[in-house]
Amino acid sequence: MKALEAKVVVLGTQGVGKTSIVVRYVGKIFSKKVSPTIGSSFFTFKMTVDNYRVKLQLWDTAGQERFRSMAPMYYRKANAAFIVYDITSYESFDSVKSWVEELKKNVDAPLVICVLGNKCDLAEQRQVPLDEGVQFAASIGALFFETSALKNEGIEEAFLRLSLALISLSQSAPNCGLLVKDYDSSRRKSADIVTVPPSLKVLQDKIAEEDEEEFEEREPAKNGGCC
Amino acid sequence: MATSLHSNQISAGQEHAPGGSQNPVLVTKDSYEELEEDLSLDVDQSRPRHASGVIAEIVESRQHSEVDSNQNNAAVDYPATDQQVKGITADTNHLSLGDGQLTDESEVFVEEEEQRLRSGSVLQTVEKTKPAVVEEDIHSAAWKKHKKHIFILSEAGKPIYSRYGNEDKLVTLMGVIQALMSFVQDDKDSLRSVVAGGHLIVFLLRQPLMLVAASSTGESQQQLFLQLRYMYNQILSVLTHTQLNRIFEQRRNYDLRRLLSGTERFLNSLADLMDSDPCFLLTAVRGLPLDNTVRDVIGQSMQSAKVKDLVFAILIADGQLVTLVHMKKYILHPADLHLVINLLKASTSFETSDSWVPLCLPNFDSSGYLYSHISYLDDSPACLLLMTVDQMAFKEMENCKQKILEKLKKHNCLAAIKDSVKRGSYTCQEVGISELRHFLYKNKSTAQFTAPSWGAPYSDPAEQERLFSLYRFVHQKVHNPARPLKILFYVGSHESALGWITSGFELYAVFSPLTTKQVAILAVNKILKWIKKEEERLFILNPPEY
Repeated sequence: MKALEAKVVVLGTQGVGKTSIVVRYVGKIFSKKVSPTIGSSFFTFKMTVDNYRVKLQLWDTAGQERFRSMAPMYYRKANAAFIVYDITSYESFDSVKSWVEELKKNVDAPLVICVLGNKCDLAEQRQVPLDEGVQFAASIGALFFETSALKNEGIEEAFLRLSLALISLSQSAPNCGLLVKDYDSSRRKSADIVTVPPSLKVLQDKIAEEDEEEFEEREPAKNGGCC
Repeated sequence: MATSLHSNQISAGQEHAPGGSQNPVLVTKDSYEELEEDLSLDVDQSRPRHASGVIAEIVESRQHSEVDSNQNNAAVDYPATDQQVKGITADTNHLSLGDGQLTDESEVFVEEEEQRLRSGSVLQTVEKTKPAVVEEDIHSAAWKKHKKHIFILSEAGKPIYSRYGNEDKLVTLMGVIQALMSFVQDDKDSLRSVVAGGHLIVFLLRQPLMLVAASSTGESQQQLFLQLRYMYNQILSVLTHTQLNRIFEQRRNYDLRRLLSGTERFLNSLADLMDSDPCFLLTAVRGLPLDNTVRDVIGQSMQSAKVKDLVFAILIADGQLVTLVHMKKYILHPADLHLVINLLKASTSFETSDSWVPLCLPNFDSSGYLYSHISYLDDSPACLLLMTVDQMAFKEMENCKQKILEKLKKHNCLAAIKDSVKRGSYTCQEVGISELRHFLYKNKSTAQFTAPSWGAPYSDPAEQERLFSLYRFVHQKVHNPARPLKILFYVGSHESALGWITSGFELYAVFSPLTTKQVAILAVNKILKWIKKEEERLFILNPPEY
């Protein structure tokens, strides 16, 4: 068993649901009252995939234009990037293209890119056709998923595929900057259980109180899932 | 009825003001003096208005840390004040003239305002206003009823912010403001205020922005100026002065809302806080009541986890300061800390994760950002901010936070903070003075204040608002720039109030309306004794340094 540590940056224009996706994945919840991220938020997530212990350091960035100048700091030494757009806003899809260009220009090391079309539950307001997203992602060699943080669709899969892509990247290009170590599985068994950060637990409790129906969706945290 | 007393009638020892300290944790400069200096600069634009270069200095000293430390010392000093003081007197004379002329015109202004708006003649702006139900505009009764409006626009007259209503629908009003201000500015003069019926309209020009407050709350011109300055500083804290200037140098008619998107909530929250929290009125910070041994342990834990380039480490719980560790040479300004407190109040996004946020503290250095690691410690109400000059230092700060967290947990400090927040401030009864209803006490040498919780008869928000406006009234009377008072005893229909200013403290106390002057004076002396007894719990007296 090996351990792999990767820095993952989440990019995209404001209001597309970057924080909602991350909070849905890391905390298994959806909050209606997510306030705009300021600067960036930092999460870590651990899981076991394909005989690898994968530790993701997630940088959830603010989408507002004024934080654009901070972006180089986020994608510096990043191993993977989620670029998120909102399927109900063509403008947000356009900004995906500019993010890709910026990454291509500034990041030398190979990078796993995953394009996410979020808010796919709002199909009736769709402005970006599914085909267009798929074709664009294929043209830049990126992964592509349509997701819904609200309905919890596509997010687990996106993170899983991203992790697998990171693993294969570390195998095919050993010098890509990914940190791979041998994992001593006898040490710290308890760490195999997915841990939810304490701050997110508080949010979980709040939401559980507010909304009983949401409760059934909040399955006990699984062991990362694998294939 | 207002009476001023002679100060000998009060016998408390003024040299040992309760809660005083030799090592102030915050900058203690008087905010009114600062404001006067600041306003005097309107006439002479050549002098620097902003603190700048401190961050560059820290970065530089990091690069060659051994080399010349003398140079650094010199650069931190405040700009010389002597000349500015002279400037003020000249300026005020000049102004009172201007005010008089404008007051004559003011009624015309208000009456004609609507006509102008309807015809849309001002600056040929086309009125897009449609009768909207949800969003208030200038014609809606609800919009007119608000007690205090705040508008921010660019020098070109582009709307940036309005406290109420959609600023897009107020373009014509913004045009009027721009026309008025630039008309006076053309004569190398500046428009300060207009009195219109029960409204006081105050204008502040901070190139490239114009800020206006229109208030019917009875606040003084100075008080409104201070609030506008806070609004301006809030914008700087997001953009920095350097960036703001650069944008408007490149494009005079830039729509700043693009860059500020998401900042409205902070401006709104700040405007609301200023109407309810006395810390802005007093330019002071409230310390969280805490046993001084616990506070010392917290301070030492934060101090011992020091990492390179950490400028400030601040621990805040429920809008109150727990403690603050600072680099030896650099002291935080209370107004900057207020912006930080507002930031935490207005956003919930910090509660869910550790954040890395660029923040400009305008009184510290308006030209650049301090990068701040913000985290709530272990789902407690305590929020730790670690501010550094190094944009890339997230990892170091993260480690530093972990160290601090471990130490605080080991000594059970988080539980103590939790308890204190849960318990809230002390009640007025605890002070043990029967006539006393409420008070505010600010120690000038530490820029900290203390006040009991809002007990009966002020449990109702409407009553709190009324009490707060009484405090504002007494505050503005004693701070009247033309006739500053040391002591004021005021008898109103609901309560009587005593305001007392010395070189060491400011005290405002509220009693039942039938309380006599003598009883009130005896009572304030008792308050001072009580605060002296409790000072170690209520104030941060020995802040650690890096």
